[in-house]
Amino acid sequence: MAELIPIIIAKYNYWIYITLMMIGLFAMIAKNNLVKKIVGMNIFQTAIILFYVSIGVKKGATIPIIEHGHGEAAHHAVQAMDYINPLPHVLMLTAIVVGVATLGVALALAIRIYNRYNTLEEDEILAQIRKE
Amino acid sequence: MKIIGFIITVLTGAFLVYAAADFPAWADPNSPASTYLSPHYIEKTMDETSVPNIVTSLLADYRGFDTMFETTVILSAGIVCFILLRIFRRKKSETRHYRHVLTGVTVELKKGRKIPVSSTDFERIDDLWTPPDLIIKTGCRLMIPFIQLFALYVIAHGHHSPGGGFQGGVILGASIILLAISHDLRTATKRMREKVVAILCAVGVFIYAGTGALCLLLGHNFLDYSALASVLHVDPITARSHGILIVEIGVGIAVMTTMIWIYNNISSAGKYNQGL
Repeated sequence: MAELIPIIIAKYNYWIYITLMMIGLFAMIAKNNLVKKIVGMNIFQTAIILFYVSIGVKKGATIPIIEHGHGEAAHHAVQAMDYINPLPHVLMLTAIVVGVATLGVALALAIRIYNRYNTLEEDEILAQIRKE
Repeated sequence: MKIIGFIITVLTGAFLVYAAADFPAWADPNSPASTYLSPHYIEKTMDETSVPNIVTSLLADYRGFDTMFETTVILSAGIVCFILLRIFRRKKSETRHYRHVLTGVTVELKKGRKIPVSSTDFERIDDLWTPPDLIIKTGCRLMIPFIQLFALYVIAHGHHSPGGGFQGGVILGASIILLAISHDLRTATKRMREKVVAILCAVGVFIYAGTGALCLLLGHNFLDYSALASVLHVDPITARSHGILIVEIGVGIAVMTTMIWIYNNISSAGKYNQGL
């Protein structure tokens, strides 16, 4: 047990992302209401964003904007160690906006389903489909 | 279903925890993600693109093709919401309500009748209309110009500080959505017509793809902004910086209008009445 604790502390970002992701996955599988499923999908996306951003962190590094990046002193040597990894940030920047777009499409579909069946509960919708 | 879902969740979680044992520790500078390509981006971005914000240069230049299709995804999401929800032929209701703006008198009109005076004095309202709160209305009216100014700053200053087309576009869209929430959707669509929103949405993507095609026409690769040097009369490295700005403006327009478009369609369920 004593040797497990440093490992747990050293990788705490992964435990948080796994917990969040499983909350989202459980909501998507087990919840009966379609809006709750959409909320679960969003929590799932947030977990992935957290995972990617936490991968980019480096100890002792700053945000990925070159210091004194304009003017005369622009061409000084840049050490990769001084800046955190920009690649996950770029990927997640687009993923956040696309996440909003998918949320919009999901809500639009939910509105259509509500107009058609007058409910958002999955079992009631399935019962109405079977009846037809 | 709950029990099966719980079992699946616990199994997947256990699998992920087992996999996380092989992952590098938190904030490890020698992790695989930070050792292959990213040092090149960090060290060379000033020499190759003259953009200090590495996220911006990476987003619009090194990974420009990816971002272009990201913008296309957003455009298609807006179109999908429009196709799914928009109702053009609605049932003509028996009566329509108009409100005189200055006096607050509500007029009920029978089918086929028109308001006698010019329509600027009257505004169309729905059956469930409630007057917007004065404090919220005035507060939002004061805030919106500054929000939009800040959004333009975020887009234009994305080269030197955190920001760029996506963030600025979302803030711009949020300012119009704030108008729609604080007043009602009719007020917002009066400022920003549905047709304008739809056309600008496509224009944003077109600016992005058009810049790429222009580079292609000038004899370089698709989205290789150094080709713009001959058009802009600057050296190729500065041309990359300018090319990124043009592309970011396109992204900003596309993101702003898509946010507004999705909000308009969802909040009114495609009817474009007073909204929420």
